[in-house]
Amino acid sequence: MSHVDTVLLPELDGPVPATLPSTLGLLSLALGVGALVAPGPIARLTGVDDAPTARAVLPAIGLRELGSAAGLLSGRRPAGWAWSRVAGDAMDLTLLGRALADRGGERRRRVALTTLAIAGITAVDVLAAVRVSRAGRARARVIRMQIAVTVNRSPAEAYRFWRDMENLPRFMAHLESVRADDLRRSHWIARGPAGHRVEWDAEIIDDQPNKSITWRSLPGTRVPNAGRVRFVPAPGDRGTEVRVELRYAPPAGAVGRAVAKLFGEEPEQQVRDDLRRFKQVLETGEVVRSEGSPNGISVRQQAMQRPAQPLPASRR
Amino acid sequence: MKATAWMGTDSVKVIDVPDPKIMNARDAIVRISTTAICGSDLHLYHGYIPAMRKGDILGHEFMGEVVEVGPQVRNLAPGDRVVVPFPIACGHCSSCQRGLYSVCENSNPNAGIAEKIMGHSPAGIFGYSHLLGGYAGGQAEYARVPFADVGPVKVPDEISDDQAVMLADVFPTGYMGAEMCDIKPGQVIAVWGAGPVGLLAAASARLLGAERVIVIDRYPYRLRLAEEHIDAETINYEEVDVLDTLNEMTAGRGPDACIDAVGLEGHHGNAAMYAYDRAKQVARVETERPFALRQAILACRSGGVVSVVGAYGGFVDKFPMGAFMNRSLIMRTGQCHVQRYTRPLLERIQRGEIDPSFIVSHRMPLRDAPKGYKIFQKKQDDCTKVLLKV
Repeated sequence: MSHVDTVLLPELDGPVPATLPSTLGLLSLALGVGALVAPGPIARLTGVDDAPTARAVLPAIGLRELGSAAGLLSGRRPAGWAWSRVAGDAMDLTLLGRALADRGGERRRRVALTTLAIAGITAVDVLAAVRVSRAGRARARVIRMQIAVTVNRSPAEAYRFWRDMENLPRFMAHLESVRADDLRRSHWIARGPAGHRVEWDAEIIDDQPNKSITWRSLPGTRVPNAGRVRFVPAPGDRGTEVRVELRYAPPAGAVGRAVAKLFGEEPEQQVRDDLRRFKQVLETGEVVRSEGSPNGISVRQQAMQRPAQPLPASRR
Repeated sequence: MKATAWMGTDSVKVIDVPDPKIMNARDAIVRISTTAICGSDLHLYHGYIPAMRKGDILGHEFMGEVVEVGPQVRNLAPGDRVVVPFPIACGHCSSCQRGLYSVCENSNPNAGIAEKIMGHSPAGIFGYSHLLGGYAGGQAEYARVPFADVGPVKVPDEISDDQAVMLADVFPTGYMGAEMCDIKPGQVIAVWGAGPVGLLAAASARLLGAERVIVIDRYPYRLRLAEEHIDAETINYEEVDVLDTLNEMTAGRGPDACIDAVGLEGHHGNAAMYAYDRAKQVARVETERPFALRQAILACRSGGVVSVVGAYGGFVDKFPMGAFMNRSLIMRTGQCHVQRYTRPLLERIQRGEIDPSFIVSHRMPLRDAPKGYKIFQKKQDDCTKVLLKV
């Protein structure tokens, strides 16, 4: 997950703190170093100091823990590495079970206590691995886009038009309306096929006049989404490069399918068309219409053109 | 209203459709008085341009009287007599502001499809497929004209319909073909194709000071027009070898500039060469028959200009890139940026420097449009240009 994702979509981190994998990593690191550096004391502590193999097995366990630590702290594939800890726990419990069977007295008590402690850690590891995996799957559903268009208007003009969030439905085809509640907050309604509607509240989290606007949906939205638009002067006095980044995370299940339909099979193409309309509105005053595409640019319309002849009175 | 509609390959019909209405604030509605069939309409007629739909209204050369204007149109009023440029152009994007109207960045609502085929989208064009916007055309009683504050030009009374309608496409297109040659005193210009655009390119080359103009075609009646109206020399490619003849005429130099006014449906004097590209076109292995283009490149003087105004839609085979590169040729091309030329060319007509309507061979009522397409396609009855009167 890129840094931008974290900034734009904190909701995705949801119940899983972003720090969970690294906390597990640090735990692995401590255990691993301990087992490697001081196998003797640890063997005594856990009650297996009487077995000649313990001196060889403990450093091996330490190495395994260091592997998990490296993986978890690297930040790559956190779910896989979290499950590697669970696998390690299972191995440890197996070894401890065998140690418990042929010991008695004080040593048996220490092995039992160790087993109890490892079982507790295992429970925590399983819980953590499940959560990290779930968050990973949610992140995999996030749709990310970066699309840009050059508009023959100054950055200030382009910014001003976009900053009035109520203008957005004039060029974003899937939006039915945006209501600005105050300077930061707004309420968005998107329409989809078969009367599906998705509503959410959004807030502007960063506003750099004439340069950029960053917004995101408020927590609790069924479709967490966020976006940033930058207005960069185009080289050679050719107006403004309008650069848009969008992120949204459709949920699994029915709502997710409705959202997917909303954006069709080519979400990038739809956003590209939105930006084309933005350009048309800023440069020519409105969305350009033809008889074949009476509603202006749209992927769906392009695929299902009506004949290029005037619309019947009933469709005006 | 009555309108000429594309009904499938080699089929047009005059059908009843709803009257057009204002759809954008910068639209105007024009009651058409004269409209023309363009050579490029034949590419649509023959089914070479993709994304046509049954019922599409054809026609991108038309003129008439303004009957209604949108709230943002202040330069025109009902009653004005106007001619309408064939490319639809917004006037405000970077391309329009640099005078490149036929690549307007805003006027194609179907830009997404055009981009997939051409990389970037050109402007929308009246009645010229859904690839170029899905706009209803002007071979009809009325037409909606988008960006009416940019395109249409008022026509003074002393200019006839037959003259003015030439300004919608063929005269500016021919003129741009000649202008792109960057003609200098003493230069020899060769033009492939003696259709309306080729003849007007040859005439424009004369206006722009060419020393000699050579026109290449296979129809004697068209070559006669070039000789009589433009004082051009002519080559019938079915009778002689074009490259040998051009070398002979220019003492081995080759023409200083070559204009391809033929485009994607060329013919070749050599039956085997024609059959080769025709077969590939039928099999859709190649979309064009680029004989004129290949020959123009081979004929052109080293360091000269190949100016392409004939229409192409897709891909060409056997492009003589070796000749093009090794001999330092320059290619200039484009759909005509008509809005750039309408007023200056109107003034040339007013000053009597040229009467572009010499190319008109047939005038008939709109209801005879199917017949007009047929005789133009078959080159019957010495057909060069068909005007439809509404």
